[in-house]
Amino acid sequence: MEYLIRFLAGGIVVSAFAMLGDALRPKSFAGLFGAAPSVALATLSLALWKEGADYVSIEGRSMILGALALAGYSLLVCQLLMRARWSALAATTTAILPWLAIALGSKQLFLG
Amino acid sequence: MVVRVKWSAFKQGRWYEYVLRVVLGGLATSLAGGVANVFGPEAGGLFLAFPAIFCASATLIEKHERERKQELGLSGYRRGTDAAALDAAGAGLGSIGLAAFGLGVWLLAPTLAFGSLALGAAGWLLASVLLWRLRREARIVK
Repeated sequence: MEYLIRFLAGGIVVSAFAMLGDALRPKSFAGLFGAAPSVALATLSLALWKEGADYVSIEGRSMILGALALAGYSLLVCQLLMRARWSALAATTTAILPWLAIALGSKQLFLG
Repeated sequence: MVVRVKWSAFKQGRWYEYVLRVVLGGLATSLAGGVANVFGPEAGGLFLAFPAIFCASATLIEKHERERKQELGLSGYRRGTDAAALDAAGAGLGSIGLAAFGLGVWLLAPTLAFGSLALGAAGWLLASVLLWRLRREARIVK
């Protein structure tokens, strides 16, 4: 049941931000919504209700590292598209591995 | 250039694209929750910035731009990848804003609870828009 609520809340919030991004111009501005805290808002709201504020605070701290990894991911995707002329699907899926490496590596380095 | 809303963009989207986003959004949220349940909140927090949704968004942007050009008899491949790259550049700036969201939640959640999410979201928007504006100004000067 918990995962069903999670799935529905996440799906709705993520879609709302994505639709907003679709409609905004210029495209570089709309891109900001590609990194909107949509998954975070749904997840942390449920975590606050279920686990409490200290748990959410720890997630927020790790999220900073995940977000910095996302900045590296976006830069890599941009380069693969502009310079190497990869397709969007190939670039965005391939770059997930470096995202994982940066996110997990920085967690190990800074948080242990 | 002023930020504006292009309502006709909604007409380009097909029903299954909206379903795809709901499913991916739901899966990404379930993944973040599942990782936190199994490995703890430190690991779970990382996945609040997992780029699963971005894959779908960038691919759809590329597809829509390509289709628009193909209607005019052009290949549209280059235009499609350029549009997706612009989106990625914007997402890069938004990621810094996302880090500001995380910082706000980290520092404020113990005292403000749900208020920290609202303030964090405001911090994300403010930091993202400010960075986007600064980048534009820097490009104009250049």
